[in-house]
This record gives sequence, C-alpha cells and structure tokens, in this order.
Amino acid sequence: MMRNWSPLTAITVAVITILIIAVPYERSGSARSVVDFLVPFATTVAVFAILAIGLNVQWGYTGVFNFGIAGFFMVGAYTAAIFTKDPATGGAITYIGGWGDDLAFLPFFDSEEWLPHLIGLAAAGFFCALLALVLALPILRLREDYLAIVTIGIAEVLRRIAIEEDRLVNATRGLTGIPRPFGGWVEPENYKYVIFCIIVSFLVLLFVAVEGAARSPWGRVLRAVREDEQAAAASGKNVFGFKLQSFMFGAAIMGMGGALYGYEAGAIAPDTFTHFFGTFIVWAMLIVGGAGNNGGAILGAYIVWGFWSLTLQIQSYDLPDALRIRIFYIRDFVVGALIVLVLLLRPQGLLPEERRVSRWLERRVARLRREERTQPSSSQAPPDPAEQPAA
Amino acid sequence: MTAANTAAPRATWLDAMRSRYRDVYGAILLWAAFIGFGVWAAIAHSDEFTVGIVVGSIFALGAIGLTLIYGVLKFGHFAHGDAMLLTAYVVFFVLTGTVVGERGDVVSPLRMDRLPGASDQIWEFSFGYGFLLSIPVGCVIAFAVLQTLERFVYGPLRDRRVGIVILSIASLGIAISMRSVMLIIWGPGPRLYAPGIRDTTELPWGTRIVSDQIFIVAAALVVVAAIYLLLYRTAIGRAMRAMADNPDLALVSGINTDSVIRWTWLVAATLITIAGTLLALQSQLKPELGFTLLLPLFAATILGGIGSPQGALIGGLIVGITQEVAVTFDVLGAGYKFSVAFAILIIVLVVRPRGLFGSGA
Repeated sequence: MMRNWSPLTAITVAVITILIIAVPYERSGSARSVVDFLVPFATTVAVFAILAIGLNVQWGYTGVFNFGIAGFFMVGAYTAAIFTKDPATGGAITYIGGWGDDLAFLPFFDSEEWLPHLIGLAAAGFFCALLALVLALPILRLREDYLAIVTIGIAEVLRRIAIEEDRLVNATRGLTGIPRPFGGWVEPENYKYVIFCIIVSFLVLLFVAVEGAARSPWGRVLRAVREDEQAAAASGKNVFGFKLQSFMFGAAIMGMGGALYGYEAGAIAPDTFTHFFGTFIVWAMLIVGGAGNNGGAILGAYIVWGFWSLTLQIQSYDLPDALRIRIFYIRDFVVGALIVLVLLLRPQGLLPEERRVSRWLERRVARLRREERTQPSSSQAPPDPAEQPAA
Repeated sequence: MTAANTAAPRATWLDAMRSRYRDVYGAILLWAAFIGFGVWAAIAHSDEFTVGIVVGSIFALGAIGLTLIYGVLKFGHFAHGDAMLLTAYVVFFVLTGTVVGERGDVVSPLRMDRLPGASDQIWEFSFGYGFLLSIPVGCVIAFAVLQTLERFVYGPLRDRRVGIVILSIASLGIAISMRSVMLIIWGPGPRLYAPGIRDTTELPWGTRIVSDQIFIVAAALVVVAAIYLLLYRTAIGRAMRAMADNPDLALVSGINTDSVIRWTWLVAATLITIAGTLLALQSQLKPELGFTLLLPLFAATILGGIGSPQGALIGGLIVGITQEVAVTFDVLGAGYKFSVAFAILIIVLVVRPRGLFGSGA
C-alpha cells in the first residue's frame, strides 16, 4: 500500500498528524488529555472510514452514484438502536422495537453485553441493503445521474419521516441511552478504549474483506463495468446485476457504519444525518483520499476529519469575534472547495488506485520472480503479466 | 431449431410493440393524472391551487435554467438551488447594503434603497423601484460568478472528458461552498427585502393572496415569454437547441460552441437570479433553502423531460401545485412539503423516464 505514496501525500499526512497532536497539547498541556482527545477522534475516523469504504464499493469500484449516504447512515444507526434498546417507556419517549432484552437469548458469556449489538449490526446492514434494492430496481437501469437525485431525495424524505412521525423513532428528540457493547464490563471513563478497539477491528475486517472482494473475479467485473459498461455487457456480464450487487453491498457497509456510530455516540437524533454531515463529508473523504482505493478511503477520512476536528480546537483560541462566529462556515467552505480542487488538480486523489488484476496473477508473478532468483541460469525472463494494462 | 428461429423475431417484435405502447400509455397516464389532479385541485382547493401557481412559476424559472444547462452542457447542475439563493442574497445586498458584522449587521451607505423614492411602494407591492433596479445588477454579478466557475471548473473538467458524474460532484462541492459563502457574509438568520406587513389582494374567484404574489406570477410570465422568443426566434436560440439536441452535429454544422456555452450561462444566470429573488420575495432569504430546492427543481426538470424548456415550465407548475395542495391532505403534515416532489420524481422515473416532453430515453 505504501508504494503509491507521493511526497504530497506524505506531507499532508504529516501536517495533519502534527497538528492534531500539537494543538490539543498546547491547549491542555498534558499528555493525558491529548490521549483523551485522540482516542475518540480515531474512533470517529474509523466510523467515517467505514462509510467511505461503502461509498468506494459503490462509486470507486463500480461507478454507481450515491448522494444519499446520510439516508443509509441514518437507517443503519436507527435500526441498530431499536434492536438494542429496551422497550419505550411511553409518555414523551416513543419508538418502535426495543428488543434488547429478547435478543440476549444466550444464557452464557453475558450475552446481553454483545448479542443484541451483533444482531443490530447485521440488521442495520440487511435493512440498508433492502432499501438499496428497492431504490435501485426502477432507477439503476436509467441515466446514471438519476440515481444521484433519487438518493438525495430518499435521504431527505427518510429524515423528514424520522422527524415527523412521532411514534416511529421519537421524532426530533432522538434516541438516547443506546446500550453500549460490553458497556457493563468496564468503567464508563475507560469505555472509549473498548469502543475504539471494537470499531477499529471491524474496520480492519471490512478492509480485508473488501480488498479480497475487489481482487476476486467479482471485483474485476465491477471495475470492468465502471470502465466500459458496453464492453462488459458484450463480454456476457449482467451489468445491471453487478451494479445492483455493488450498490447493495456498499449500502450494507454504510448501514453497519451507522450502527457502530450509534454504539459509539450512545445517542442519535435526526439532526446528525443531514446532507452535509452525512453525505458531503464522506464524498470529500473519498475524493481526497482517492476513489477506487480502500486505503485512500481511510486516509481521506483521517485527513478530512482531522481538519474538521482542528477547527473545533482552533475555536477555543482567543480569536477575533468576526472570525470566531464564522469558523464553522469557513470550515464548510473549505470542505466544498476541497472537493472541487482535488477533482481539478489531482483527480486520482492522494492515494491513486492501484491497478491490480487478480490475486491469482499476483501469486503467479511472485512465484515466477522467485523461480527466476533461484535459477539465475534461465536466460529469458517470462513476461510480467502485471505490467500489462489491466484487462 | 426452426421453432427457435421463427420464435426469435416474433419475440423482439412483441417486445418492441410492448415498449412502444408502454411509453405511450405512460405519457397518457401522466398527462391524465396531472390534468385531472389540476382540475380537481382548482375546484376543490382553489386557495392552495393559487399559491401553487405562484410557487410553481418560481420552480418553473429555476427548472428552465436547469434544463438548459442539462441540455447544452450535459450535466446535472447540483449548485442550482444554492446559486438561486446566493444571487437572491446578492440582490438583497445591492438593495439594502447589509452584511453581518462583528456584532449585528453592518450597512453600507452605497445601496439602492437610498435613491430618492426607491423604497416608496409601487401599487400594493411591498417594494419600490429600487428592488426592480437591483435585480439586473444581481444578474450581472450572477453571470460573472457562473462564468468564472465555467472558466476555471466546469470548462477544464469538460475538456478532460470526465463525464457527467464528475461534473455533478464538482457542482455539489460548489453548492456547499456557495452555502457557506452565504453564511459567512449574511449569517444564518432569515432576512426580508422589505420589512413590514404585506398588502393582500382579493382575486376575482375569491381567493385572497399577498399582492407580491401577483408580481411573482407576472414577472415569471414575462421572463418565460422572453426565453421563448430567445430560444425560438433568434439564431443563438436555435444554436442552443441544436446543441442540446445533438452536440456533434451542431459542431460540424459550424455552430460556435464556445459562444453557445457563454449564452447558456448568461440565460441560466438571469433565470437563476430572477427565480431566486422571486423565491425570497415569496418566503424569505435563508441559506438552507438552497439545498431543499434541488428536489423540486430536478423533479420538474425530469418530469418535463431533460433539455425541454416547455417541459420544465409545465413540470415546475405541476410540482408547485401538487406540493401546495398535497399538504391539505390529513395524512401528510406540512413537514412533508418537499417530499411531494420526491414522490413525483419516482412516479415519473417508473412510468415514463424521459418525461412529458423528453425525446429519447
């Protein structure tokens, strides 16, 4: 993964890293509070990296457009919340579900600490994939940008439903007190390390799975569809089917990202899942990091969220009023401008996509190289398949 | 073998007939549904129907600009709603000279409403001639902004042949930045062109509306007539329609595409400014409004058929009327106003994706 790091990439990462360590240290003066800042920061980066990988599956690999990440993010978070919470108490708090107790059905290993959360995570992925299926069936065959406006619409409509329908998910008051996985095992002030480990391990598993899928024959077809739909169809591939699968797979990843966000935050409200916070920032992450590269998605999440958190830190400095009331608007402006600038000046992003054909070819090349080294007498080196343009 | 050979052409013929009828049925279904709904709404809910025409004529102006950009430049301009609001704020600035300062508003002495008698109300409208003078200034500034974006963002991207998707993402980035510019310069609070209570007028069929709304519909009619003359009675209008129809053919028949693109942005900038200003006159100036406009505007554009100005006009009116009338239904709260446009969008995409006036798929 390191071999396509350019000087610009290294400098950007170095600057962000130095700043997110130095600024909190300068503000607080103790290493302890720097750690207190960095652990939740890294957890949020991991959540956004999951969303960005979901978008990468849809857009980076297959070229399927999704401007409604916020909708899948929201459905995932709410699904996981109603699967893990206790039933609503009535009065000012009303929501459906609340199956937390029923789902902890295993009598051993403290199953109430993790089983509802695991089922909630799976349900979040399942319902988001279902939503993606329902959306994509009529739309995906049409012009490619129709899906963009339809996904913007569904994200807005779902948010309206969450706000307007009082008895569905508690309207604007949101859901608070979402039970945390393994929350009963550790002290509340140390819980951030637990959730950090959970989310980062999920991210690692997801990264390995998606990388594997991308290099499988399935992933190769996705990239063929992205590069040239007609050529892929002419090779006998069901273009619609592959686009649908990739859209659903990406949506399921986003839903699981939303579920983990809910477990981390402990409280969710419709205000969180706006277009700006839910959708644009993820697009900015993927475009800055490099579409078509899961490492790029993670790096983009780190850089954009690093910049985002820095503006929060900077706000606590003694700034002129004129600047302080505007600092969040300036931050939003930079995020928007960043998308445009990267598209103009560095369309491949900070970590460009690696042209990998297949695991089989990589293994074969490695074996051929090994054989070459052990038998230096062989006069003619076999042609290197990896150097040929990706098929 | 013979059975397969004879069956194959019959199946394709059947498919062709079926898809052709489906298309025709889709058109008939859509027209019948919207005309039926319109007539029923005009009789049963004439108050909401009237407001719907006001809102719909604003949507129509926005959608005509959007459909022209879609047709000539071949991409979905996701910054359209925010550009409307931004230019409405520019008109507000030209008129009142107000920006948000360190503490409260700062008002510049150079402003239109300082002209003698500029704030005296015309007829029963809430504004004077200063407002009308500010709109052309806003158009010029809007054209300068859009031309700059074309020069440095959309043009270079198009030259790289990146496809509609990347152009749409770039316009989305610009939309975010435009919204932030509004928040930076004018702050998040709502603003009005002219303070105070607005006069109302009773229409012949008994509906009482704000007098400004009569101005909105009249202004929209004038602008639509001007756009019609430009598109169908001038050489540049013919060139724009030719390029929307078939860009390669337009190029080989000697049409100056650069000049057509410049004219398209000029027309779009004018429509954006007028639509944005009328919208702000109808409700108020609020930065968040720009993004919520995208859904009705795109619904109107796709309903009318991408690239078709008369389709965008009809589409805008249908979306506006449906949206205003639908909130009177008990099942839909007022909060669902903008979701109505989404429902229309889905119906059109399922029944007849190329819209009422669209050509080709």
